[in-house]
Amino acid sequence: MKGLKVLRIGPAASIQDRGRPGHLDQGVSCGGAADLVALAEGAALLRQDAGLAALEMAGIGGLFEATVPLRFALTGAPMAASLDGAPLAWNASHQMQVGQKLDIGAPRKGLYGYLHLGGGIASEITLGARATHLMSGLGRAVAVGDLLPVGADRGREVGLTLAAEDRFQGGELRIVESFQSGLFSEEVRARFAETGFERGSRANRMGVEMVSQGEGFAAAGQLNILSEVIVPGDVQMTGDGKPFVLLREAQTTGGYPRIGTVLPCDLARVAQAQAGMALRFRWVSLEEGLLLQGNHDKQMRALPSACQPLLRDPAMMQDLLSYQLVGGAVSAEADPFGEPHDFGDTP
Amino acid sequence: MAQAARDFPILRTVGLDGLLVTFADALTEPANRATLAFCQAVKACAWTGVLEISTSLASVYIRFDIDSLRHEALKDLVLSLLDQQDWQQAALPAGRRLWQVPTVYGTDLAPQLGEAAAAAGLSEAQAIESLGSARVRVLTIGFAPGQPYLGPLGPEWNLPRQTELTPQVPTGALVLAISQFVLFATTAPTGWRHVGQTGFKGFQLGSQQPIALRAGDEMIFTPVPRSDYERLCEADPLFGGASREEIPA
Repeated sequence: MKGLKVLRIGPAASIQDRGRPGHLDQGVSCGGAADLVALAEGAALLRQDAGLAALEMAGIGGLFEATVPLRFALTGAPMAASLDGAPLAWNASHQMQVGQKLDIGAPRKGLYGYLHLGGGIASEITLGARATHLMSGLGRAVAVGDLLPVGADRGREVGLTLAAEDRFQGGELRIVESFQSGLFSEEVRARFAETGFERGSRANRMGVEMVSQGEGFAAAGQLNILSEVIVPGDVQMTGDGKPFVLLREAQTTGGYPRIGTVLPCDLARVAQAQAGMALRFRWVSLEEGLLLQGNHDKQMRALPSACQPLLRDPAMMQDLLSYQLVGGAVSAEADPFGEPHDFGDTP
Repeated sequence: MAQAARDFPILRTVGLDGLLVTFADALTEPANRATLAFCQAVKACAWTGVLEISTSLASVYIRFDIDSLRHEALKDLVLSLLDQQDWQQAALPAGRRLWQVPTVYGTDLAPQLGEAAAAAGLSEAQAIESLGSARVRVLTIGFAPGQPYLGPLGPEWNLPRQTELTPQVPTGALVLAISQFVLFATTAPTGWRHVGQTGFKGFQLGSQQPIALRAGDEMIFTPVPRSDYERLCEADPLFGGASREEIPA
């Protein structure tokens, strides 16, 4: 088999695609890449299908060696990257020859970086997708010695770049009311949007903790709720009224009440926030939410035409330099996620 | 929001692209019957733009394509389907199966039988008699692949969840709380009480049908001695000697 040999890798790297929607009735949540924008950007940069699988690297990259000439692209949280020692532009597509080594380090900002191969990673398909879903027993974390098999690549173009939407430093999350919002008083819902949160230390691909000062956000009659369907973006209140934003790999049902649902187009911003980043919620109406999501989807479809040739002009180098300075140094923890947590009112 | 009396079924949005049809705010047999029957009916309608349909204990969830189907249009379709019959009296869907699963109650394989029996006010023998003869329905599959919620059990089994999680129960564990069983399809922590152990694997990756159970199936967890259980698991490592038959429509 031909592809990319893994010589060094962080503890939470996995093969991801857009996940496996449509299996809720079998207890299988959608899962897939934590940052779908990055997945679409990689596909655009390599001029290929956005359904192909890529390597998701959480908090730290790895060292890779090509066993076949291949094209690749780097997207998501900008990480230090070099090919045989020569620095590489992030959010860009490049060429790699047999035996060349690609070294990817820690993120300058954000959490999840993505390595895309021309032709995609052709790993085994289970339940209709390649996405690793650890809790469901689908796939496993990528380990040293693995070979990421490359699919048939019909493209040839490299040296493209895209301006990345900055979703790596927290900010505002738009949220719509959902079927359990009414369990929370108007006062609690208003206070929720007035509160400044920080991304807490408990976070993984299933969900992300939000920490704030002061009183929690309790529902009325919280104890007696039937377990109900969970969708990505649901903001669940645990027993002490502390919010968790659930991501695409959350379990399919849960008994904790949910105050609302973050728009799908803002979920990358949640996943990419490092611990301590400031985040806040803003209520939007269903109509406004549909409009915002529609605009985002349109932008995603336009990504292929937004790709530009990668230029090495001084103005751009200056730009890259300031980018690094603003991002600051980020320590690469061994485990970017901190302690595990029961997100789901475990049965 | 005023807690006015609500008429079930109620329709509510789920995030941006979902609709939830809820038949009750508590688990009852008629509400679950309505849920299963209505889910089947929505599937049969094959409305354009509907992407996914699933059930929880007393609700049907419909996810749809917001570009091709408007919320109001879907609501109209759902309301007119709801009006077609009394769904609480509806026949259960066809194609359901009855599974009989050999089960060891108690012993060190399922160490919380005694505790659960005491909480229900029964002796261990009475508890085994009660649980081992109950014919329960797969109310929904959720939380993890192929993992069924089963019930309802009698009111004596309306036990609260534990305050502390049991760090781990094995695949095939039969756990109990709030008048329901969950039959674990994986190894996981639980806040429910581990009362029985089976050799039933509800999720078998790589087999032609990785998920064994469907919502609406029925199950009986037949008590067997540990020696029988071990023999059955050895002979049938996937289902632990469970039998399966079609339930006539």
